[in-house]
Amino acid sequence: MTADADVNAARPPGPDGLVMGKDGLAALVDVLIRRGFTVVGPTARDGAIVLAELTSADELPYGWGVELEAGRYRLRERSDGAAFAHAAGPQSWKSFLHPSRVREWSADRVEGELVLTADRGTPPRYAFLGVRPCDLRAIAVQDRVLTGGAYRDPGYEGRRSGALLIVVECTEPGATCFCASMGTGPAAGPGHDLVMTEVADARGHRFWVRSGSREGAEILAELPTRPADAETRETARAGVTAAADRMGRSMPEADLRELMAGTLDAPRWDDVAGRCLTCGNCTMVCPTCFCTTTEDVTDLTGDHAERWRLWDSCFDLDFSNLHGGPVRASARSRYRQWMTHKLGTWYDQFGSSGCVGCGRCIVWCPVGIDITEEAAALHDWTRPERPDPEPS
Amino acid sequence: MTLQPVPATDPRPTLAVWKFASCDGCQLTLLDCEDELLGLTERVRIDHFLEMTPAEGADGGRARLEGRGPYDLSLVEGSITTAEDAERIRHVRRVSRYLVTIGACATAGGIQALRNFADVDDFLAAVYARPEYISTLATSTPISAHVPVDFELRGCPIDRGQLLEVVTAHLAGRKPRIPGHSVCFECKRRGTTCVTVAHGTPCLGPVTHAGCGALCPAYGRGCYGCFGPSDKPDLRSMVAQLRRDGMSERDIQRVFRTFNAASPEYAPVPELAAEERRDPPAEGS
Repeated sequence: MTADADVNAARPPGPDGLVMGKDGLAALVDVLIRRGFTVVGPTARDGAIVLAELTSADELPYGWGVELEAGRYRLRERSDGAAFAHAAGPQSWKSFLHPSRVREWSADRVEGELVLTADRGTPPRYAFLGVRPCDLRAIAVQDRVLTGGAYRDPGYEGRRSGALLIVVECTEPGATCFCASMGTGPAAGPGHDLVMTEVADARGHRFWVRSGSREGAEILAELPTRPADAETRETARAGVTAAADRMGRSMPEADLRELMAGTLDAPRWDDVAGRCLTCGNCTMVCPTCFCTTTEDVTDLTGDHAERWRLWDSCFDLDFSNLHGGPVRASARSRYRQWMTHKLGTWYDQFGSSGCVGCGRCIVWCPVGIDITEEAAALHDWTRPERPDPEPS
Repeated sequence: MTLQPVPATDPRPTLAVWKFASCDGCQLTLLDCEDELLGLTERVRIDHFLEMTPAEGADGGRARLEGRGPYDLSLVEGSITTAEDAERIRHVRRVSRYLVTIGACATAGGIQALRNFADVDDFLAAVYARPEYISTLATSTPISAHVPVDFELRGCPIDRGQLLEVVTAHLAGRKPRIPGHSVCFECKRRGTTCVTVAHGTPCLGPVTHAGCGALCPAYGRGCYGCFGPSDKPDLRSMVAQLRRDGMSERDIQRVFRTFNAASPEYAPVPELAAEERRDPPAEGS
């Protein structure tokens, strides 16, 4: 949802929403492009469903699903031709809202004077098509981090304020998904402009669509739709409800913040450190990890300099490098920092969990380290009845 | 073309490029700087660089051909494989204020360091019709094994942008921005889908020093580690992962025995690969 959208705006289609077919999806992309949006959505490329700029709905991954496991991602063909029957892919929307590489300013020496130029170009107006409910929550988390406090990121604000969010509820969770246990899905929460639920069965391929903002309602009014019939609504709702029961993973039923704070000396951290490559992949794919580093670039003349901001990671030794060396030199300290921040101290800092249960860190860890498994092991360690590892 | 005498009042810092046992690819990266090359020569005086010096030489050019110095910045390519080179690198150090090694040979010993794991006389007998003509050391060693080095630039070959960064940073008196993290950072920043996770392709990216911009994975193949080990790499976990991705013990040993074979970080690999054989990972772990 755009920042100035009125959540309580009249919704002409009514609470029952509308139904459209594949032609409606095609029209949606065309309408968005005509309205000046840069449309970004899922498309199958390089053996994965990636997020890319779309010029037509034909580029959506119709008939592609995914098979996920810890450290493993494979595309699988689907017979139902569904466009959104896939769980989180290798990227998240932060690639667009909080890009990996941004020039912040440049400086030139002109006749002995230093001239600074901030990089404040007009960002594209994004329309994100196919935002999963977990990722909708992730965007809200990054909103709080990057614009919610005393130090606001104007670049993020510029990209975010114009972004239109079209959510597709989740009916096909992956084996690594655990949004249900994080309370972030599979049904869409607030903050979207349009929300769709895809149904592809014997009665046809169709989308149950509801608007969440005035702009969403205006766009919906331009699409070929019909009033939502009860059967489609019920099938769609049932699909989302069933998805909640088909999550491949779940977090332990515990206060994760307390769990993290109370297990800082658990031997499990040594165990995970023995597997962790400290490669940084988990942080890069995480839709809420926001850390960056600053690089100053000078050219050969010494008369031109640029300041760039790049994604960084708490797994980078240089990330905590202070006078005397890195504060977190061991793999144990770096993994612990990441996980305890994500699940625990994030609450203290930003008022919510930093984890939305998308499962990307599990899938894209080359050695398949599973944050839910690590949390469960820590939880087991805190239980009084835990078995003595060295029975006497 | 004749070499012009250098005016004594030239304010530019002097640059020297040196070659030891190597293929010349790294020093040619300097000439490959095309668009920046003229700008570079305005900022530094290239005083010793045989690859861009006329073969015939000229009167007065002798000192430059020998490299008598002194030089503000020396770029050193290649490893030390002969007794003569072991002496020559001491001369280079003596005449250089700031010494940067460029590439895997100078930084880790290069692919020629494979001799370190075998008997060099066997190689000589196998390769040369008249082995007695060959005078060589039993090992190939990095420059840092012989003289103090101020900065080591990785890669086989080095990256053009990183070379310019090191030279530019030196001129500006600042630390070069050459991160020591893994290649995975570069894949993720450029949006490349992980070839290990999505395709099952073995990849050394998680333990390999960034700098190439994650070139190979962008073309769908695994990283083969030409930039050498990243900061504090976890070889034990990497070896286990390579085994899961289908590599044999022999393949795992060989994939680390390339341009950076003699990197100390890789030393445990044969033992780790053998451990994997004795204690294979459980299915699905």
